[in-house]
Amino acid sequence: MTKDTKVIELEQVAIRFSGDSGDGMQLTGTLFSDATALVGNDISTFPDYPSEIRAPQGTVGGVSGFQVHFGNKKIYTPGDKAHVLVAMNPAAVKANAKFLEPSATIIYDIDSFNDKNLKKAKYSTDDPFAELNLHDYHKIGVPITSLTKEALIDSHMDNKAVMRSKNMFALGLVSWIFNRPLDVIEKALKAKFGKKQQVIDSNITVLHAGFNYGMNMQHTTPQFLVPAADIEKGTYRNISGNIATAWGLIAAAEKANIELFLGSYPITPATDILQALAERKDLGVKSFQAEDEIAGVCTAIGASYAGDLGVTSTSGPGLALKSEAINLAIMAELPLVVVDVQRGGPSTGLPTKTEQSDLMQALWGRNGESPMVVIAASSPSDCFDFAFEAARISLERMTPVMLLTDGFLGNGSEPWKIPSMADLPTINPRVAKDPSKFKAYRRTDETLAREWAFPGMEGFEHRIGGLEKDESGTVSQDPANHQEMCEIRAEKVARVVDMIPDIETYGCPEGDVLIVGWGGTYGHLVSAARELCDEGKKVGLAHFNYINPLPANSAEVFSRYKKIIVCELNLGQFAAYLRDKLPHFEYHQLNKVQGLPFSVEEIKESVTKLMEE
Amino acid sequence: MREFTYTAKDFKSANEVRWCPGCGDHAIMNAIQRVMANLGLNKADYAVISGIGCSSRFPYYMNTFGFHTIHGRGAAIASGVKSANPKLHVWQITGDGDAMAIGGNHFIHTIRRNIDMNLVLFNNKIYGLTKGQYSPTTDFGSKTKTSPYGTIEEPFVPGQLVLGAKGAYYARAIDGNMKMSQEIFDNAARHKGTSVVEVLQNCVIFSGGIHDEITKGEDREDKQIYLKHGEKMIFGTNKDKGLVLENGKLKSVTIGQDGFTLDDILVHDAKEESLYMHAALINMQMPEMPVAFGVIRAVEATPYDVAMEEQIAEVQKTRKIKCVDDLLRSGNTWEV
Repeated sequence: MTKDTKVIELEQVAIRFSGDSGDGMQLTGTLFSDATALVGNDISTFPDYPSEIRAPQGTVGGVSGFQVHFGNKKIYTPGDKAHVLVAMNPAAVKANAKFLEPSATIIYDIDSFNDKNLKKAKYSTDDPFAELNLHDYHKIGVPITSLTKEALIDSHMDNKAVMRSKNMFALGLVSWIFNRPLDVIEKALKAKFGKKQQVIDSNITVLHAGFNYGMNMQHTTPQFLVPAADIEKGTYRNISGNIATAWGLIAAAEKANIELFLGSYPITPATDILQALAERKDLGVKSFQAEDEIAGVCTAIGASYAGDLGVTSTSGPGLALKSEAINLAIMAELPLVVVDVQRGGPSTGLPTKTEQSDLMQALWGRNGESPMVVIAASSPSDCFDFAFEAARISLERMTPVMLLTDGFLGNGSEPWKIPSMADLPTINPRVAKDPSKFKAYRRTDETLAREWAFPGMEGFEHRIGGLEKDESGTVSQDPANHQEMCEIRAEKVARVVDMIPDIETYGCPEGDVLIVGWGGTYGHLVSAARELCDEGKKVGLAHFNYINPLPANSAEVFSRYKKIIVCELNLGQFAAYLRDKLPHFEYHQLNKVQGLPFSVEEIKESVTKLMEE
Repeated sequence: MREFTYTAKDFKSANEVRWCPGCGDHAIMNAIQRVMANLGLNKADYAVISGIGCSSRFPYYMNTFGFHTIHGRGAAIASGVKSANPKLHVWQITGDGDAMAIGGNHFIHTIRRNIDMNLVLFNNKIYGLTKGQYSPTTDFGSKTKTSPYGTIEEPFVPGQLVLGAKGAYYARAIDGNMKMSQEIFDNAARHKGTSVVEVLQNCVIFSGGIHDEITKGEDREDKQIYLKHGEKMIFGTNKDKGLVLENGKLKSVTIGQDGFTLDDILVHDAKEESLYMHAALINMQMPEMPVAFGVIRAVEATPYDVAMEEQIAEVQKTRKIKCVDDLLRSGNTWEV
């Protein structure tokens, strides 16, 4: 590093890469994140993209973004606001102006700031920064387009192909600013583009051009240094929530010594799970891309009936289609894991945006008395743990389990300390052993789980189905039997409580306000709780992963605080559920349905306001 | 290989059979139980899967593994069963409402994938369990409870759907003709892939006699042709009628009349991949033509479940990732 370089040391930085949805911003962000994790920073990422694959070029609606937040301490969220915005066109500035820290740095492609693009982004003047009131921001105009062309002048590639490397120039520049090693990025590019040597060469050339440009122009670009985080020792990798979910399911099947079958249908933002499992033929995973959502869950139920761990993955609208079949699995008392990667609803809603509004659907969205275990993951990496947990509960208790994640967790990624299979809990499926004692719905006294006997097991031939039946499996219309069976199915789910840990609080163990959350909001809630506690406020956080049943100590935890505020990305579904289950408390609410995660700031504001009331 | 000796009785469960007296379902089940006994396969390896409808009560009456599922989804659930364990013998029982209406999508996609199962379609052209509404196979203009002035929609011809879905196997049978239906079920059970057997089934209550024009009467042999692979397409009470191809169309002729001799009569080739002749046979209607029965199409094609197993085995031959610990440590990792 030369002497006159400005080096600014920061604890944490959030960078947002932003451009047209065809500009390769997701790849740029991912490559930067991987390089950042390798430097030893903790990271959290958040892709934010439109639902159209190629929305109209240059428009605000077509802007695709990828935010990465990294630092020298534990990073729980992708950051409310970005310190650095990389904007490939005027629309990207407009779309992101409200997501920038005061006096953030904006690195933009000056070549793209022409009349045509200003018009497409619907600016009314020719000074977009003034128009957006970004006067005090540190703006660095870089001729990214022309320098990319210049870098590839000898490549004999056509203009369109050349333009596809623009993102690498931006990545090279940002890598210089944040002192990221290029060799990691080069390795990733080679892996991604395989035999397309020309694409690899041109991308690497432009990447270096961007990096060198940063170095040469250092008098205009401050260089940031984010020291490595103090992280627990071990082997790490980056993982997204969807991949972690897929792998958690494979891990559970291996641990239970049975085969994994996924029946699924492509749906945003859950498709990655199907893709990740389709890839795992090496581990014997059977993936079945069904003709529709219903067939997705039905094939999974069929597989469970035949002795596999049946799983289906989907998002809200798909879950609606699966209701009837999930109920069959509840009635037949078969193992089944249903993964719902929640997105903005209702109807098609906001397919690529995150939300937590499927909770009521997961709990109650079926006909009849239809109890179901519902659990939720709270970070990209713990999707692994809760997918595993969903399978464990399902196989040991002979009941379908719903795993709720969301678009934010599914697409977001973070470094993950890789567990060892030996350290994961055992899973003992309830496979029947003695034909002479077998009855289809005979149960153990403690758990009320029935035994699992599947086709091929000699001497266990029996019939099950969606009709009400008695203990022997015989169809029964008897009124008293129906009531008894309904109560048994409910009690069976309630007794899952003995498999789940007590809820632990973060921050003050008792005090003025308890923040209550569930699922994917954990990072933002824990960050807010941490900052509030640092400010001396008596605040705790109880974050729920187990929703039905609730942990046994929930009421006791609630009773330790003067006020409770339930924060969730919907209009109050968990709050309503808590009012039903634990009615002795008053629940305040913080609700957001904008297709976006919470910001730490707005959580702090609500809690502070509640304390003052 | 282990050998299993059974009688049809071994396949009957203790549950009381509750179909109406005279219902065609009784005969179909008897035929299937006899075929299963004769096949000599391990009874524990049978999985009988159904959806909803009168015929879908079938699994309860079978002393095998059975799963009575939800309306229209039997084919999808059976697909999961067979894909999960290809060693099983999967029979899927369905009706014209269950398979052609609410389950239409699963029906065509199961056939397209060619999942190895025997799909028995009980076609009585009516919704029986809900007491008499028209179904997708009800004849145009029929008066039912939901079409008091006659239906105004064209019915499906199940065999056409099978061909359209790239089906490799299609047969048509009659509930009351047990000799014929047993031969067909036996053939279907031995075929690898989705074997669709449409059975013209009589609902005594709501569409009683719906197939009588074809299946009853002293002249019924003149109205049906029982096709057998490799045999001439001959039919009739006196076995003197046959099918010939004239100007690209099938024609029913009497041997010895109008210059047609035995040599002119076509030979049935169920294994012909081309759809042309099979479609023509499926489409034959009275009164000009006899209605075709028997195994009309039985083409060899790799079943999905076999392909799935093979693909997994193939990938595993050269796999680098052998267990979950390998998977978790694959790709970019780093030490802290």
